[in-house]
Amino acid sequence: MTTLRGNLRLKLGNFELNSGDFELPLQGVTVLFGRSGSGKSTLLRAISGLDKNTRGSLHFAGQVWQDGKKTLAPQRRHIGFVFQDAALFPHMTVRQNLLYALKRLPKGAAQPDFDDIVTRVGIADKLDRGVNFLSGGEKQRVAIARALLTSPQLLCMDEPLSALDWRAKAEMLTLIEEVLQAYKIPLLYITHAPAEVERLADRIVFMQQGGIERVETLQQALSRPDSPLFDDEGAVSVLEGESQEIEHGLRPLKMGNRTLWLSDISELHKSRVRVRVLARDVSLALSDPQHLSIINHLSARVLELIPEGQHRMLVRLQLEDGQKLFAEITEHSARRLEITPGLELFALIKSVALAE
Amino acid sequence: MVEIFGVEVSLEPIWLTLEVAAWTTTILLVIGTPLAWWMARMQSSSKIVLEALVALPLVLPPTVLGFYLLIILNPNGYVTEFLRFFGYEGQLTFTKQGLIVGSVFYSLPFAVQPLMHAFEAVPQKLLDAAATLRAGILDRFFSIVLPLSQRGFLVAATLTFAHTVGEFGVVLMLGGNVPGETRMVSIDIFDHVESLEYDQAHILSAMMLIFSLLVLMLVYGINRRFGVKVG
Repeated sequence: MTTLRGNLRLKLGNFELNSGDFELPLQGVTVLFGRSGSGKSTLLRAISGLDKNTRGSLHFAGQVWQDGKKTLAPQRRHIGFVFQDAALFPHMTVRQNLLYALKRLPKGAAQPDFDDIVTRVGIADKLDRGVNFLSGGEKQRVAIARALLTSPQLLCMDEPLSALDWRAKAEMLTLIEEVLQAYKIPLLYITHAPAEVERLADRIVFMQQGGIERVETLQQALSRPDSPLFDDEGAVSVLEGESQEIEHGLRPLKMGNRTLWLSDISELHKSRVRVRVLARDVSLALSDPQHLSIINHLSARVLELIPEGQHRMLVRLQLEDGQKLFAEITEHSARRLEITPGLELFALIKSVALAE
Repeated sequence: MVEIFGVEVSLEPIWLTLEVAAWTTTILLVIGTPLAWWMARMQSSSKIVLEALVALPLVLPPTVLGFYLLIILNPNGYVTEFLRFFGYEGQLTFTKQGLIVGSVFYSLPFAVQPLMHAFEAVPQKLLDAAATLRAGILDRFFSIVLPLSQRGFLVAATLTFAHTVGEFGVVLMLGGNVPGETRMVSIDIFDHVESLEYDQAHILSAMMLIFSLLVLMLVYGINRRFGVKVG
Protein backbone atom coordinates (compact mmCIF):
# COMPACT_ATOMS: atom_id res chain seq x y z
CA MET A 1 0.00 0.00 0.00
CA THR A 2 1.27 3.49 -0.78
CA THR A 3 2.00 5.66 2.19
CA LEU A 4 2.77 9.17 3.29
CA ARG A 5 5.93 8.88 5.31
CA GLY A 6 8.09 11.50 6.91
CA ASN A 7 9.27 13.56 9.81
CA LEU A 8 8.56 17.28 9.66
CA ARG A 9 9.70 20.27 11.66
CA LEU A 10 8.42 23.80 11.42
CA LYS A 11 8.93 26.81 13.67
CA LEU A 12 6.28 29.53 13.67
CA GLY A 13 6.92 32.24 16.23
CA ASN A 14 6.75 30.59 19.64
CA PHE A 15 5.25 27.41 18.29
CA GLU A 16 7.34 24.51 17.16
CA LEU A 17 6.12 21.52 15.21
CA ASN A 18 8.22 18.44 15.60
CA SER A 19 6.15 15.62 14.25
CA GLY A 20 8.48 12.69 14.87
CA ASP A 21 8.54 9.82 12.37
CA PHE A 22 5.21 8.92 10.90
CA GLU A 23 3.87 6.69 8.20
CA LEU A 24 0.23 6.95 7.13
CA PRO A 25 -1.47 4.64 4.63
CA LEU A 26 -2.89 6.61 1.71
CA GLN A 27 -6.32 5.15 1.98
CA GLY A 28 -9.60 6.26 3.46
CA VAL A 29 -9.79 8.98 6.04
CA THR A 30 -6.97 9.90 8.38
CA VAL A 31 -8.05 12.37 11.04
CA LEU A 32 -5.57 14.70 12.74
CA PHE A 33 -7.01 15.10 16.20
CA GLY A 34 -5.95 17.25 19.11
CA ARG A 35 -6.70 20.37 21.09
CA SER A 36 -6.21 23.76 19.52
CA GLY A 37 -2.53 24.56 19.63
CA SER A 38 -1.51 20.92 19.37
CA GLY A 39 -0.09 21.45 15.89
CA LYS A 40 -2.72 19.85 13.64
CA SER A 41 -2.99 22.76 11.24
CA THR A 42 0.74 23.34 11.22
CA LEU A 43 1.36 19.70 10.37
CA LEU A 44 -1.16 19.84 7.55
CA ARG A 45 0.43 23.02 6.20
CA ALA A 46 3.83 21.37 6.36
CA ILE A 47 2.50 18.29 4.58
CA SER A 48 0.97 20.36 1.80
CA GLY A 49 4.07 22.53 1.41
CA LEU A 50 2.38 25.80 2.25
CA ASP A 51 5.20 26.91 4.50
CA LYS A 52 8.63 27.35 2.99
CA ASN A 53 10.35 27.10 6.36
CA THR A 54 9.41 23.45 6.76
CA ARG A 55 12.34 21.13 7.42
CA GLY A 56 12.67 17.38 7.57
CA SER A 57 11.57 14.70 5.16
CA LEU A 58 8.33 13.74 3.47
CA HIS A 59 7.65 11.03 0.92
CA PHE A 60 4.33 10.70 -0.83
CA ALA A 61 4.05 7.30 -2.50
CA GLY A 62 7.22 7.36 -4.62
CA GLN A 63 7.64 11.15 -4.73
CA VAL A 64 9.92 13.22 -2.52
CA TRP A 65 7.99 16.22 -1.20
CA GLN A 66 10.49 17.39 1.38
CA ASP A 67 14.15 16.64 1.77
CA GLY A 68 15.93 18.74 4.39
CA LYS A 69 15.48 22.34 3.30
CA LYS A 70 14.33 21.37 -0.16
CA THR A 71 10.57 21.74 -0.47
CA LEU A 72 8.45 20.76 -3.43
CA ALA A 73 6.17 23.73 -4.08
CA PRO A 74 2.51 23.11 -3.17
CA GLN A 75 1.42 23.67 -6.78
CA ARG A 76 3.44 20.58 -7.74
CA ARG A 77 2.10 18.26 -5.07
CA HIS A 78 -1.33 17.59 -6.58
CA ILE A 79 -3.16 18.29 -3.36
CA GLY A 80 -6.74 19.39 -3.00
CA PHE A 81 -7.04 21.64 0.04
CA VAL A 82 -10.25 22.75 1.72
CA PHE A 83 -9.67 25.56 4.18
CA GLN A 84 -11.55 26.29 7.39
CA ASP A 85 -13.53 29.15 5.86
CA ALA A 86 -13.45 28.01 2.24
CA ALA A 87 -10.96 30.63 0.98
CA LEU A 88 -12.93 31.25 -2.20
CA PHE A 89 -11.68 34.06 -4.41
CA PRO A 90 -14.00 36.98 -3.68
CA HIS A 91 -13.53 38.69 -7.05
CA MET A 92 -14.81 35.68 -8.99
CA THR A 93 -18.10 33.89 -9.44
CA VAL A 94 -18.56 30.31 -8.34
CA ARG A 95 -17.89 29.12 -11.89
CA GLN A 96 -14.71 31.20 -12.15
CA ASN A 97 -13.51 29.78 -8.86
CA LEU A 98 -14.02 26.28 -10.20
CA LEU A 99 -12.44 27.03 -13.56
CA TYR A 100 -9.41 28.44 -11.76
CA ALA A 101 -8.63 24.88 -10.72
CA LEU A 102 -9.53 23.33 -14.05
CA LYS A 103 -7.43 25.73 -16.15
CA ARG A 104 -4.30 24.92 -14.23
CA LEU A 105 -4.41 21.16 -14.59
CA PRO A 106 -1.12 19.82 -15.91
CA LYS A 107 -1.14 18.92 -19.59
CA GLY A 108 -2.14 15.33 -20.19
CA ALA A 109 -3.70 14.98 -16.74
CA ALA A 110 -7.03 13.19 -16.55
CA GLN A 111 -9.80 15.77 -16.95
CA PRO A 112 -12.14 15.66 -13.99
CA ASP A 113 -15.82 15.51 -14.87
CA PHE A 114 -16.98 19.07 -14.16
CA ASP A 115 -20.71 18.39 -14.44
CA ASP A 116 -20.52 15.27 -12.32
CA ILE A 117 -18.61 16.98 -9.53
CA VAL A 118 -20.77 20.09 -9.55
CA THR A 119 -23.94 18.04 -9.40
CA ARG A 120 -22.70 15.69 -6.73
CA VAL A 121 -21.58 18.56 -4.54
CA GLY A 122 -24.93 20.27 -5.09
CA ILE A 123 -23.90 23.62 -6.54
CA ALA A 124 -25.03 23.16 -10.15
CA ASP A 125 -27.63 25.91 -9.78
CA LYS A 126 -25.25 28.38 -8.15
CA LEU A 127 -22.47 28.54 -10.72
CA ASP A 128 -23.07 32.13 -11.76
CA ARG A 129 -23.42 33.58 -8.29
CA GLY A 130 -20.81 35.79 -6.73
CA VAL A 131 -19.19 33.95 -3.86
CA ASN A 132 -20.13 36.68 -1.40
CA PHE A 133 -23.77 35.76 -1.89
CA LEU A 134 -23.35 32.16 -0.69
CA SER A 135 -24.11 30.77 2.75
CA GLY A 136 -21.34 29.18 4.80
CA GLY A 137 -22.38 25.67 3.78
CA GLU A 138 -22.58 26.60 0.11
CA LYS A 139 -19.12 28.15 0.28
CA GLN A 140 -17.68 24.93 1.66
CA ARG A 141 -19.41 22.95 -1.08
CA VAL A 142 -17.77 25.16 -3.69
CA ALA A 143 -14.44 24.78 -1.93
CA ILE A 144 -14.80 20.99 -2.00
CA ALA A 145 -15.75 21.02 -5.68
CA ARG A 146 -12.81 23.30 -6.44
CA ALA A 147 -10.43 20.96 -4.62
CA LEU A 148 -11.83 17.94 -6.47
CA LEU A 149 -11.39 19.67 -9.83
CA THR A 150 -7.62 19.68 -9.36
CA SER A 151 -7.66 15.85 -9.74
CA PRO A 152 -5.86 15.58 -6.41
CA GLN A 153 -3.82 12.62 -5.24
CA LEU A 154 -4.58 13.67 -1.70
CA LEU A 155 -7.36 15.75 -0.16
CA CYS A 156 -6.64 17.89 2.89
CA MET A 157 -9.39 19.50 4.95
CA ASP A 158 -8.65 21.85 7.80
CA GLU A 159 -11.69 21.92 10.11
CA PRO A 160 -14.03 22.42 7.17
CA LEU A 161 -17.15 22.30 9.35
CA SER A 162 -16.14 24.55 12.19
CA ALA A 163 -17.85 27.64 10.78
CA LEU A 164 -21.14 25.89 10.00
CA ASP A 165 -24.36 25.43 11.97
CA TRP A 166 -25.42 21.92 12.97
CA ARG A 167 -27.70 21.33 10.00
CA ALA A 168 -25.07 22.39 7.48
CA LYS A 169 -22.53 20.28 9.39
CA ALA A 170 -24.64 17.15 9.06
CA GLU A 171 -25.17 17.75 5.34
CA MET A 172 -21.48 18.38 4.75
CA LEU A 173 -20.46 15.19 6.56
CA THR A 174 -22.80 13.22 4.32
CA LEU A 175 -21.39 15.03 1.30
CA ILE A 176 -17.80 14.32 2.31
CA GLU A 177 -18.60 10.62 2.70
CA GLU A 178 -20.28 10.51 -0.71
CA VAL A 179 -17.40 12.30 -2.38
CA LEU A 180 -14.87 9.92 -0.87
CA GLN A 181 -16.89 6.94 -1.93
CA ALA A 182 -17.29 8.28 -5.48
CA TYR A 183 -13.75 9.45 -6.17
CA LYS A 184 -11.67 7.25 -3.81
CA ILE A 185 -9.22 9.96 -2.85
CA PRO A 186 -7.34 9.60 0.45
CA LEU A 187 -8.27 12.34 2.92
CA LEU A 188 -6.37 14.06 5.70
CA TYR A 189 -8.96 15.70 7.92
CA ILE A 190 -8.43 18.03 10.85
CA THR A 191 -10.97 18.30 13.62
CA HIS A 192 -11.25 18.61 17.36
CA ALA A 193 -14.81 17.26 17.42
CA PRO A 194 -14.95 13.60 18.52
CA ALA A 195 -18.30 13.18 16.74
CA GLU A 196 -16.70 13.95 13.38
CA VAL A 197 -13.91 11.50 14.10
CA GLU A 198 -16.36 8.74 14.96
CA ARG A 199 -18.29 9.40 11.79
CA LEU A 200 -15.42 9.65 9.31
CA ALA A 201 -12.16 8.28 10.59
CA ASP A 202 -10.43 5.12 9.52
CA ARG A 203 -7.41 6.05 11.54
CA ILE A 204 -6.51 8.86 13.87
CA VAL A 205 -3.31 10.80 14.36
CA PHE A 206 -3.37 12.11 17.92
CA MET A 207 -1.43 15.33 18.23
CA GLN A 208 -0.11 16.93 21.38
CA GLN A 209 2.22 19.88 21.96
CA GLY A 210 3.43 20.08 18.40
CA GLY A 211 4.12 16.39 17.96
CA ILE A 212 2.39 13.18 16.95
CA GLU A 213 1.53 11.27 20.09
CA ARG A 214 0.28 8.12 18.38
CA VAL A 215 -1.51 6.81 15.31
CA GLU A 216 -4.37 4.38 15.86
CA THR A 217 -7.30 2.93 13.99
CA LEU A 218 -10.69 4.19 15.11
CA GLN A 219 -11.37 0.84 16.82
CA GLN A 220 -8.06 0.98 18.69
CA ALA A 221 -8.65 4.55 19.70
CA LEU A 222 -12.12 3.71 20.99
CA SER A 223 -10.99 0.64 22.87
CA ARG A 224 -8.94 2.40 25.52
CA PRO A 225 -10.93 3.85 28.40
CA ASP A 226 -8.74 6.97 28.52
CA SER A 227 -9.26 7.75 24.85
CA PRO A 228 -9.02 11.47 24.07
CA LEU A 229 -12.13 10.92 21.95
CA PHE A 230 -14.26 10.55 25.09
CA ASP A 231 -15.61 13.82 26.40
CA ASP A 232 -18.00 14.56 29.24
CA GLU A 233 -20.44 11.90 27.99
CA GLY A 234 -17.95 9.21 28.99
CA ALA A 235 -16.86 6.21 26.96
CA VAL A 236 -18.35 5.77 23.50
CA SER A 237 -18.48 2.83 21.10
CA VAL A 238 -18.95 3.03 17.39
CA LEU A 239 -20.70 0.12 15.65
CA GLU A 240 -20.87 -0.33 11.93
CA GLY A 241 -23.62 -2.07 10.01
CA GLU A 242 -25.56 -2.34 6.75
CA SER A 243 -28.73 -0.32 6.79
CA GLN A 244 -31.93 -2.05 5.58
CA GLU A 245 -35.38 -0.93 4.50
CA ILE A 246 -37.47 0.63 7.25
CA GLU A 247 -39.66 -1.86 9.18
CA HIS A 248 -42.20 -1.15 11.97
CA GLY A 249 -41.13 2.47 11.88
CA LEU A 250 -37.57 1.53 12.74
CA ARG A 251 -34.39 1.35 10.74
CA PRO A 252 -32.77 -2.12 10.93
CA LEU A 253 -29.00 -2.22 10.83
CA LYS A 254 -27.44 -5.56 9.97
CA MET A 255 -24.35 -6.49 11.92
CA GLY A 256 -23.32 -10.03 11.04
CA ASN A 257 -26.31 -12.21 11.93
CA ARG A 258 -27.69 -9.70 14.37
CA THR A 259 -29.81 -6.64 13.82
CA LEU A 260 -29.68 -3.34 15.60
CA TRP A 261 -32.85 -1.25 15.47
CA LEU A 262 -32.54 2.47 15.05
CA SER A 263 -35.34 4.89 15.86
CA ASP A 264 -33.75 7.49 13.59
CA ILE A 265 -35.40 6.93 10.22
CA SER A 266 -34.01 9.97 8.43
CA GLU A 267 -33.00 9.34 4.85
CA LEU A 268 -29.62 7.64 4.39
CA HIS A 269 -27.43 8.10 1.35
CA LYS A 270 -25.35 5.00 1.83
CA SER A 271 -25.80 1.48 3.07
CA ARG A 272 -22.80 1.17 5.38
CA VAL A 273 -23.40 3.40 8.38
CA ARG A 274 -21.85 3.99 11.76
CA VAL A 275 -23.78 4.36 14.98
CA ARG A 276 -22.60 5.77 18.24
CA VAL A 277 -23.44 4.14 21.55
CA LEU A 278 -22.67 5.70 24.91
CA ALA A 279 -21.33 3.22 27.46
CA ARG A 280 -23.78 4.52 30.03
CA ASP A 281 -26.67 3.60 27.69
CA VAL A 282 -25.65 -0.07 27.71
CA SER A 283 -26.90 -2.40 30.46
CA LEU A 284 -25.97 -6.03 30.99
CA ALA A 285 -28.14 -9.09 31.59
CA LEU A 286 -27.08 -12.70 32.15
CA SER A 287 -30.08 -14.06 30.21
CA ASP A 288 -31.99 -12.60 27.30
CA PRO A 289 -34.92 -10.75 28.88
CA GLN A 290 -38.14 -11.12 26.88
CA HIS A 291 -40.50 -8.68 28.56
CA LEU A 292 -38.66 -5.41 28.18
CA SER A 293 -39.20 -2.18 26.32
CA ILE A 294 -35.58 -2.06 25.21
CA ILE A 295 -35.47 -3.71 21.81
CA ASN A 296 -31.76 -3.98 21.17
CA HIS A 297 -30.40 -7.10 22.87
CA LEU A 298 -27.07 -8.34 21.55
CA SER A 299 -25.24 -11.36 22.83
CA ALA A 300 -21.69 -10.54 23.81
CA ARG A 301 -18.62 -11.83 25.60
CA VAL A 302 -16.80 -9.91 28.32
CA LEU A 303 -13.23 -8.99 27.35
CA GLU A 304 -12.17 -6.98 30.38
CA LEU A 305 -13.36 -4.96 33.32
CA ILE A 306 -11.89 -1.53 33.86
CA PRO A 307 -12.49 0.27 37.17
CA GLU A 308 -13.41 3.90 36.54
CA GLY A 309 -13.48 5.25 40.07
CA GLN A 310 -16.59 6.40 41.94
CA HIS A 311 -17.65 2.72 42.18
CA ARG A 312 -18.21 2.42 38.48
CA MET A 313 -16.88 -0.19 36.09
CA LEU A 314 -16.35 -0.03 32.36
CA VAL A 315 -16.95 -3.44 30.76
CA ARG A 316 -15.46 -4.06 27.37
CA LEU A 317 -17.51 -6.51 25.33
CA GLN A 318 -17.07 -8.31 22.06
CA LEU A 319 -20.18 -8.79 19.95
CA GLU A 320 -20.80 -11.86 17.80
CA ASP A 321 -19.47 -10.23 14.67
CA GLY A 322 -16.28 -9.13 16.42
CA GLN A 323 -17.17 -5.47 17.01
CA LYS A 324 -16.39 -4.02 20.43
CA LEU A 325 -18.82 -2.35 22.78
CA PHE A 326 -18.39 -0.57 26.11
CA ALA A 327 -20.94 -0.87 28.91
CA GLU A 328 -20.80 1.19 32.08
CA ILE A 329 -22.18 -0.44 35.25
CA THR A 330 -21.71 -0.03 38.98
CA GLU A 331 -19.18 -2.09 40.93
CA HIS A 332 -22.08 -3.41 42.94
CA SER A 333 -23.81 -4.80 39.81
CA ALA A 334 -20.54 -6.28 38.56
CA ARG A 335 -20.14 -8.16 41.82
CA ARG A 336 -23.78 -9.18 42.02
CA LEU A 337 -23.78 -10.63 38.47
CA GLU A 338 -20.27 -12.04 38.95
CA ILE A 339 -19.08 -10.54 35.72
CA THR A 340 -15.62 -11.76 34.79
CA PRO A 341 -13.69 -11.84 31.52
CA GLY A 342 -14.93 -14.61 29.24
CA LEU A 343 -18.49 -14.52 30.53
CA GLU A 344 -21.22 -14.71 27.87
CA LEU A 345 -24.09 -12.30 28.45
CA PHE A 346 -26.49 -9.87 26.80
CA ALA A 347 -25.92 -6.18 26.16
CA LEU A 348 -29.09 -4.13 26.31
CA ILE A 349 -28.73 -0.89 24.39
CA LYS A 350 -31.10 1.84 25.49
CA SER A 351 -30.36 4.29 22.76
CA VAL A 352 -28.46 4.32 19.53
CA ALA A 353 -27.66 7.39 17.48
CA LEU A 354 -26.34 7.67 13.99
CA ALA A 355 -22.79 8.96 14.18
CA GLU A 356 -22.56 12.53 12.99
CA MET B 1 1.10 81.08 -26.95
CA VAL B 2 -2.66 81.22 -26.69
CA GLU B 3 -4.85 84.11 -25.76
CA ILE B 4 -7.25 83.60 -22.85
CA PHE B 5 -9.41 86.53 -21.73
CA GLY B 6 -7.13 88.80 -23.70
CA VAL B 7 -4.02 87.61 -21.90
CA GLU B 8 -1.19 85.86 -23.73
CA VAL B 9 -0.33 82.62 -21.89
CA SER B 10 2.09 79.86 -22.81
CA LEU B 11 0.56 76.45 -22.21
CA GLU B 12 3.90 74.72 -22.64
CA PRO B 13 4.56 74.39 -18.90
CA ILE B 14 1.21 72.69 -18.48
CA TRP B 15 1.88 70.09 -21.14
CA LEU B 16 5.35 69.52 -19.72
CA THR B 17 3.94 69.07 -16.24
CA LEU B 18 1.41 66.54 -17.43
CA GLU B 19 4.08 64.68 -19.39
CA VAL B 20 6.47 64.47 -16.46
CA ALA B 21 3.65 63.41 -14.15
CA ALA B 22 2.49 60.73 -16.58
CA TRP B 23 6.00 59.29 -16.94
CA THR B 24 6.60 59.40 -13.22
CA THR B 25 3.33 57.62 -12.51
CA THR B 26 4.04 54.91 -15.07
CA ILE B 27 7.57 54.33 -13.84
CA LEU B 28 6.54 54.32 -10.21
CA LEU B 29 3.76 51.80 -10.79
CA VAL B 30 6.23 49.50 -12.52
CA ILE B 31 8.96 49.87 -9.89
CA GLY B 32 6.66 50.39 -6.95
CA THR B 33 4.59 47.24 -7.44
CA PRO B 34 7.37 44.69 -6.83
CA LEU B 35 8.88 46.89 -4.11
CA ALA B 36 5.54 47.21 -2.33
CA TRP B 37 4.88 43.48 -2.71
CA TRP B 38 8.26 42.63 -1.29
CA MET B 39 7.74 44.98 1.62
CA ALA B 40 4.20 43.73 2.27
CA ARG B 41 5.44 40.13 2.59
CA MET B 42 8.52 41.03 4.60
CA GLN B 43 8.57 39.77 8.16
CA SER B 44 12.08 40.60 9.34
CA SER B 45 12.75 43.72 11.37
CA SER B 46 14.64 45.30 8.46
CA LYS B 47 11.20 46.14 7.10
CA ILE B 48 11.21 49.17 9.43
CA VAL B 49 14.35 50.55 7.78
CA LEU B 50 12.87 50.09 4.34
CA GLU B 51 9.56 51.65 5.31
CA ALA B 52 11.38 54.66 6.77
CA LEU B 53 13.50 55.04 3.63
CA VAL B 54 10.45 54.95 1.39
CA ALA B 55 8.62 57.47 3.57
CA LEU B 56 11.58 59.85 3.72
CA PRO B 57 10.36 62.18 0.91
CA LEU B 58 7.23 62.81 3.00
CA VAL B 59 9.16 64.57 5.75
CA LEU B 60 12.27 65.82 4.00
CA PRO B 61 12.02 69.38 2.65
CA PRO B 62 11.86 68.99 -1.14
CA THR B 63 14.84 71.32 -1.44
CA VAL B 64 16.95 68.88 0.58
CA LEU B 65 15.93 66.01 -1.68
CA GLY B 66 16.53 68.17 -4.74
CA PHE B 67 19.93 69.24 -3.44
CA TYR B 68 21.13 65.68 -2.89
CA LEU B 69 19.76 64.59 -6.25
CA LEU B 70 21.57 67.52 -7.86
CA ILE B 71 24.83 66.34 -6.29
CA ILE B 72 24.33 62.67 -7.10
CA LEU B 73 23.13 63.20 -10.66
CA ASN B 74 25.67 65.85 -11.62
CA PRO B 75 27.16 65.30 -15.10
CA ASN B 76 30.54 64.24 -13.69
CA GLY B 77 29.10 62.10 -10.90
CA TYR B 78 29.15 58.33 -10.56
CA VAL B 79 25.57 57.86 -11.69
CA THR B 80 26.01 59.70 -14.96
CA GLU B 81 29.42 58.03 -15.50
CA PHE B 82 27.75 54.69 -14.93
CA LEU B 83 25.05 55.49 -17.49
CA ARG B 84 27.68 56.74 -19.97
CA PHE B 85 29.18 53.27 -19.80
CA PHE B 86 25.95 51.97 -21.33
CA GLY B 87 26.02 54.58 -24.07
CA TYR B 88 23.89 57.23 -22.37
CA GLU B 89 24.79 60.64 -23.78
CA GLY B 90 22.47 63.10 -22.14
CA GLN B 91 22.65 64.52 -18.67
CA LEU B 92 20.34 64.26 -15.71
CA THR B 93 20.47 67.73 -14.26
CA PHE B 94 18.46 70.55 -15.80
CA THR B 95 16.76 68.16 -18.24
CA LYS B 96 13.37 66.57 -18.50
CA GLN B 97 14.81 63.11 -17.87
CA GLY B 98 16.42 64.41 -14.71
CA LEU B 99 13.10 65.86 -13.64
CA ILE B 100 11.43 62.51 -14.10
CA VAL B 101 14.14 60.77 -12.07
CA GLY B 102 13.74 63.38 -9.36
CA SER B 103 9.96 63.06 -9.38
CA VAL B 104 10.22 59.29 -9.05
CA PHE B 105 12.12 59.72 -5.79
CA TYR B 106 9.92 62.57 -4.65
CA SER B 107 6.64 60.69 -5.22
CA LEU B 108 7.89 57.22 -4.19
CA PRO B 109 5.90 57.01 -0.93
CA PHE B 110 2.72 58.02 -2.71
CA ALA B 111 2.97 54.99 -4.96
CA VAL B 112 4.48 52.45 -2.57
CA GLN B 113 2.42 53.05 0.56
CA PRO B 114 -1.07 52.57 -0.92
CA LEU B 115 0.15 49.56 -2.87
CA MET B 116 1.76 48.04 0.19
CA HIS B 117 -1.38 48.46 2.25
CA ALA B 118 -3.48 46.99 -0.55
CA PHE B 119 -1.16 43.98 -0.78
CA GLU B 120 -1.13 43.49 2.96
CA ALA B 121 -4.91 43.36 2.90
CA VAL B 122 -4.95 40.34 0.56
CA PRO B 123 -5.46 37.34 2.87
CA GLN B 124 -2.57 34.88 2.85
CA LYS B 125 -5.19 32.12 2.85
CA LEU B 126 -6.29 33.06 -0.67
CA LEU B 127 -2.72 32.78 -1.90
CA ASP B 128 -2.38 29.43 -0.16
CA ALA B 129 -5.57 28.27 -1.83
CA ALA B 130 -4.30 29.43 -5.21
CA ALA B 131 -1.05 27.54 -4.64
CA THR B 132 -2.92 24.32 -3.94
CA LEU B 133 -4.84 24.95 -7.17
CA ARG B 134 -1.47 24.86 -8.95
CA ALA B 135 -0.93 28.57 -9.45
CA GLY B 136 2.76 29.51 -9.41
CA ILE B 137 4.05 32.67 -7.77
CA LEU B 138 3.54 35.04 -10.74
CA ASP B 139 0.24 33.42 -11.59
CA ARG B 140 -0.95 34.00 -8.03
CA PHE B 141 0.13 37.63 -8.23
CA PHE B 142 -1.67 38.36 -11.47
CA SER B 143 -4.80 36.31 -10.84
CA ILE B 144 -5.39 37.06 -7.15
CA VAL B 145 -3.33 39.93 -5.83
CA LEU B 146 -3.73 42.39 -8.71
CA PRO B 147 -7.51 42.18 -9.04
CA LEU B 148 -7.95 42.42 -5.27
CA SER B 149 -5.69 45.48 -5.10
CA GLN B 150 -7.39 47.53 -7.82
CA ARG B 151 -8.27 50.30 -5.43
CA GLY B 152 -4.74 50.43 -4.13
CA PHE B 153 -3.49 50.90 -7.68
CA LEU B 154 -6.05 53.59 -8.37
CA VAL B 155 -5.09 55.48 -5.23
CA ALA B 156 -1.38 55.03 -5.90
CA ALA B 157 -1.65 56.27 -9.49
CA THR B 158 -3.75 59.30 -8.59
CA LEU B 159 -1.69 60.36 -5.63
CA THR B 160 1.55 59.93 -7.56
CA PHE B 161 0.25 61.88 -10.51
CA ALA B 162 -1.23 64.67 -8.41
CA HIS B 163 1.78 64.92 -6.16
CA THR B 164 4.12 65.15 -9.14
CA VAL B 165 1.99 67.86 -10.73
CA GLY B 166 2.30 69.88 -7.57
CA GLU B 167 6.01 69.51 -7.01
CA PHE B 168 8.10 72.63 -6.76
CA GLY B 169 11.20 72.35 -4.61
CA VAL B 170 12.75 69.36 -6.32
CA VAL B 171 12.08 70.84 -9.76
CA LEU B 172 13.64 74.11 -8.79
CA MET B 173 16.79 72.48 -7.41
CA LEU B 174 17.24 69.79 -10.00
CA GLY B 175 15.61 71.18 -13.10
CA GLY B 176 15.96 74.89 -12.89
CA ASN B 177 13.81 76.84 -15.27
CA VAL B 178 14.58 75.85 -18.86
CA PRO B 179 11.57 76.69 -21.07
CA GLY B 180 10.11 73.59 -22.71
CA GLU B 181 12.52 71.34 -20.85
CA THR B 182 12.13 71.83 -17.12
CA ARG B 183 9.82 74.79 -16.69
CA MET B 184 6.87 73.09 -15.04
CA VAL B 185 3.67 74.91 -14.29
CA SER B 186 4.38 75.52 -10.61
CA ILE B 187 7.68 77.22 -11.53
CA ASP B 188 6.00 79.16 -14.30
CA ILE B 189 3.39 80.55 -11.95
CA PHE B 190 6.11 81.48 -9.48
CA ASP B 191 7.97 83.29 -12.31
CA HIS B 192 4.91 85.22 -13.39
CA VAL B 193 4.26 86.36 -9.85
CA GLU B 194 7.90 87.37 -9.42
CA SER B 195 7.66 89.54 -12.55
CA LEU B 196 4.31 90.93 -11.37
CA GLU B 197 2.42 89.29 -14.30
CA TYR B 198 -0.59 88.56 -12.12
CA ASP B 199 -2.94 88.00 -15.07
CA GLN B 200 -0.95 85.06 -16.38
CA ALA B 201 -0.52 83.70 -12.87
CA HIS B 202 -4.27 83.93 -12.34
CA ILE B 203 -5.11 82.05 -15.49
CA LEU B 204 -2.58 79.26 -14.94
CA SER B 205 -3.53 78.91 -11.31
CA ALA B 206 -7.22 78.74 -12.12
CA MET B 207 -6.57 76.11 -14.77
CA MET B 208 -4.57 74.02 -12.31
CA LEU B 209 -7.28 74.39 -9.72
CA ILE B 210 -10.00 73.21 -12.08
CA PHE B 211 -7.85 70.42 -13.47
CA SER B 212 -6.98 69.10 -10.01
CA LEU B 213 -10.57 69.24 -8.91
CA LEU B 214 -11.75 67.36 -11.97
CA VAL B 215 -9.10 64.65 -11.59
CA LEU B 216 -9.95 64.11 -7.96
CA MET B 217 -13.67 63.99 -8.65
CA LEU B 218 -13.11 61.47 -11.40
CA VAL B 219 -11.04 59.30 -9.09
CA TYR B 220 -13.46 59.43 -6.21
CA GLY B 221 -16.26 58.63 -8.62
CA ILE B 222 -14.46 55.56 -9.91
CA ASN B 223 -13.43 54.60 -6.44
CA ARG B 224 -17.01 54.68 -5.32
CA ARG B 225 -18.13 52.44 -8.16
CA PHE B 226 -15.37 50.00 -7.35
CA GLY B 227 -16.22 50.26 -3.71
CA VAL B 228 -19.69 48.91 -4.29
CA LYS B 229 -18.48 46.20 -6.61
CA VAL B 230 -15.53 44.87 -4.66
CA GLY B 231 -16.37 45.48 -1.01
